[in-house]
Amino acid sequence: MLVYLIRRLGQSALVLVVMAVLVFIGIYAIGNPVDVLISPEADLAEQQATIARLGLDRPLWEQLWLFLVNAVQGDLGRSFVHGVPALRLILERLPATLELALVALVVALSVGVFLGLWAGLKPDALLGRSIMTGSILGFSLPNFWLGLMLILVFAVLLQWLPAGGRGETVDLLGIRTSLFTLDGLSHLLLPAITLALYKTSLVIRLARAGTREVVLQDYVKFARAKGLSPSRVIYVHVLKNIMIPVVTVVGLELGSMIAFAVVTETVFAWPGIGKLLIDSIVNLDRPVVVAYLMMTVFIFILINLAVDLLYSLLDPRVRLSEAGA
Amino acid sequence: MSEPDPGLSSGAVVAEPETLHAPPPRLSSPLARLALDFCASRPAVAGLAVILVVAVAAIFAPLIVPQNPYDLAQLDIMDGTLPPGSPSYAFGTYWLGTDVQGRDMLSAIVYGLRISLLVGSVSVAFALVIGSAVGLVAAFFGGGLDSLLMRIVDIQLSFPAILVALILLAIFGNGVDKVIIALVIVQWAYYARAVRGSALVERRKEYIDAAVCLGLGTRRVLFGHLLPNCLPPLIVIATVQVAHAVALEATLSFLGVGVPITEPSLGLLIANGFEYMMSGRYWISFFPGVALVVVIVAINLVGDRLRDLLNPRLQR
Repeated sequence: MLVYLIRRLGQSALVLVVMAVLVFIGIYAIGNPVDVLISPEADLAEQQATIARLGLDRPLWEQLWLFLVNAVQGDLGRSFVHGVPALRLILERLPATLELALVALVVALSVGVFLGLWAGLKPDALLGRSIMTGSILGFSLPNFWLGLMLILVFAVLLQWLPAGGRGETVDLLGIRTSLFTLDGLSHLLLPAITLALYKTSLVIRLARAGTREVVLQDYVKFARAKGLSPSRVIYVHVLKNIMIPVVTVVGLELGSMIAFAVVTETVFAWPGIGKLLIDSIVNLDRPVVVAYLMMTVFIFILINLAVDLLYSLLDPRVRLSEAGA
Repeated sequence: MSEPDPGLSSGAVVAEPETLHAPPPRLSSPLARLALDFCASRPAVAGLAVILVVAVAAIFAPLIVPQNPYDLAQLDIMDGTLPPGSPSYAFGTYWLGTDVQGRDMLSAIVYGLRISLLVGSVSVAFALVIGSAVGLVAAFFGGGLDSLLMRIVDIQLSFPAILVALILLAIFGNGVDKVIIALVIVQWAYYARAVRGSALVERRKEYIDAAVCLGLGTRRVLFGHLLPNCLPPLIVIATVQVAHAVALEATLSFLGVGVPITEPSLGLLIANGFEYMMSGRYWISFFPGVALVVVIVAINLVGDRLRDLLNPRLQR
């Protein structure tokens, strides 16, 4: 177990460094930020001064080395546009994205497991079949278009819910959250549904497949034969066992939710890190793009590790040393 | 096909129509059986029909649509943002309305479908070829090469496709070709993993041993013997991936890092209509989105059916 953990952490560190180098060199190749940042009226001396201040006059390898040395010390560079450390910019926006992703995850899990269980118990009934057809639709609806249509219906036509922004927030342990105000929740609803739909379809399919397998198992038959009530059989014996694949996939999907939040945040003008990334790509704000990527890679590695460990707890048959080979 | 002349009966000519008109033995070929089974599912057939219609419309777009939406001489700015069904000065009716430059949305959508389908199918084709070559090589040679390749696949698949594509395009810049390259890079790993999985099973079978013992070259064993037997799962993945690629391209174009403004795909059309939606001019975003969803649902329905049919665990 310890050997496995050390090996995994070593691998993760390697991936992080390789990603840092690749991303830095790749981002270095895009455009010339000087064109965007310096006003066209600036004279040559001012231009040179700005270039020197941003460190853009040094050779690539020197910039890369400086970046790596600083990154190890927790400094991912200063934003060209905002003039503040890129990491601080990202950490300020991160709670908004995490809030959105977590709410969407909870929606996807609760709705998905419920509908999937239902469809799995009655695969041939009309409802079961319509749930499955609906899940194909859920897979197929492009995330951003769904967001647009929700805005069209609920914000433009019905005017029930706001079309964008985060609304009123309150401080909770130093983190701003919109979960505890009515206004904040009304702003959160549409983006969360948009982000959740794809995962809901995924969970429906997993839960249905799991249910269909589990209900045929001997322990379920035995539980029934023992005279347990049908609801106890379903909610204890079946539900517990379909959760193993669901938890693994959903854990991994939390990472992709953060990535997909880029799209949802752009549609709903949600002030999270995804919107920050798109703005930074447009503005050629290299340090922020690089810092965003380092942050996301870090989060992903963390999530993957956590899922692997959780998996071995949920399913004792999984031996971690084998997985590491 | 020319009718055989009974007067000039040479053996070959007479034999030909007989083999053509012999349905019973033909039906037992695996492909014909697959086609028959496929037709048993009505949604899948409907999906296939939609795909065919859309593909034909996209290929022959200039012949079908009333207006070339990117020929500025054919646009009339006075016709800007007309609602669906408005009459046009140049031709019949704008059935799906116009955008702010007076462009017929129906024509724009058909042209957009062209770009979307082109990007989807070309990127899947390249990813399929590259991915399966990598997967076959990894499975056949095994050892260090195998673990190295699969490690790369693992690492790549642990990042969401949208994020990888977004970053690649931030680096490459806009362009249809660049979107295709980014999508190939994003997708090849799926095929590599799938092919390796089935190739590992297949290569232990006797016919591969036999082929190796016959002294056939490695390339021939790999591509002539191993690859055809790994195809069924690949077909399923490729079908679903076309839908995925079309959706991904639309998303990237919507975010402004995909295709350039001169070659708008469906995603870019939707993005262009976004700002007008708040004032209730929904049709500029709505109809391209409907077209996109119809295409993706159709492909997914076909993919779903193929998955059921080609899954060895469900084979009768």
